[in-house]
Amino acid sequence: MLQKGELAPAFKLYATPDQQFSLAELKGKNIILAFYPADWSPVCSDQMALYNETLRFFSKYDAHILGISVDSKWCHLAFSQSRNLHFPLLADFEPKGAVSKKYGVYNEAEGESERALFVIDKNGIIAWSYLSPAAINPGADGILDALEQLSSKK
Amino acid sequence: MSSHLKPPVNEKDHSEGTAEATIELVEYGDYQCPHCGTAYPVIKKIQERFAPQIRFVFRNFPLAEIHPFAVDAAIAAEAAAMQRKFWEMHDMIFENQASLGTGGLKKMAAAIGLDMEIFESDLRLEVLQAKVEADFESGVRSGVNGTPSFFINGNKFDGGAKDLYNMLLETSGQTLPKH
Repeated sequence: MLQKGELAPAFKLYATPDQQFSLAELKGKNIILAFYPADWSPVCSDQMALYNETLRFFSKYDAHILGISVDSKWCHLAFSQSRNLHFPLLADFEPKGAVSKKYGVYNEAEGESERALFVIDKNGIIAWSYLSPAAINPGADGILDALEQLSSKK
Repeated sequence: MSSHLKPPVNEKDHSEGTAEATIELVEYGDYQCPHCGTAYPVIKKIQERFAPQIRFVFRNFPLAEIHPFAVDAAIAAEAAAMQRKFWEMHDMIFENQASLGTGGLKKMAAAIGLDMEIFESDLRLEVLQAKVEADFESGVRSGVNGTPSFFINGNKFDGGAKDLYNMLLETSGQTLPKH
């Protein structure tokens, strides 16, 4: 798993059925990457549903969040609509898990991404990373602490 | 992440039980969340079983995007608190979760005997929205990852209400660490 101080690898993935999203589009912003195993986990404890409610706290730090799993763009579309999500879900689908592998958070046995968080600073350097047990939603407090540290450095 | 309650329980919180209680249980809950509805009678059981050593605090954590009535319900309970009937409203909502909605909340408010004119005007108070929002933010900073989330004496408890009940039964007789 990539650690603090390492350069965040570039990537381009589908964010909607007809649109690709590249990490470079967020250059100059803080970025949160939330890798997660699969769409459609139980509603009330769903990590993406939580981040959907905490976007306003992220934006205070000029930070944009991207969810990433190996689910297809069509699966993401349905999931995103059902949860009313207001941030992109990226499909690490073809070749399967390629971006998760670049970040060192691909679980070969399950064929899914690990549940892992990265905060990337405005220069594209990883400022914080965290690997969560797959069954445990890590919440947003670690992300906010990392963003707070970033903004206090200036 | 091992998480702690930020800020600690204070005078702005709604609580049942005394400050001298040895078990301080805080729930971050959403009135429209079915899991919170399931937890409600279990919390009641915990409060009965462990009285008077338990103090129970409820903080709002409405997941507005998936539960369209959650914020309205949270504000309605805060408005009831203005008439010193927070817990009556809290209980009423959880006991009638299926009838949530604007009309439903008004009926519940009337049923617990609120002055409806004051209630309806209080619903528009910015300070109540700010309270709900402050609760939510404190939950996020405390590591709340879904609803319901529980904290025992300031430490996040990773489990549901039934796990909580069993844990308290096992540790009863022993003293719980204070913070």
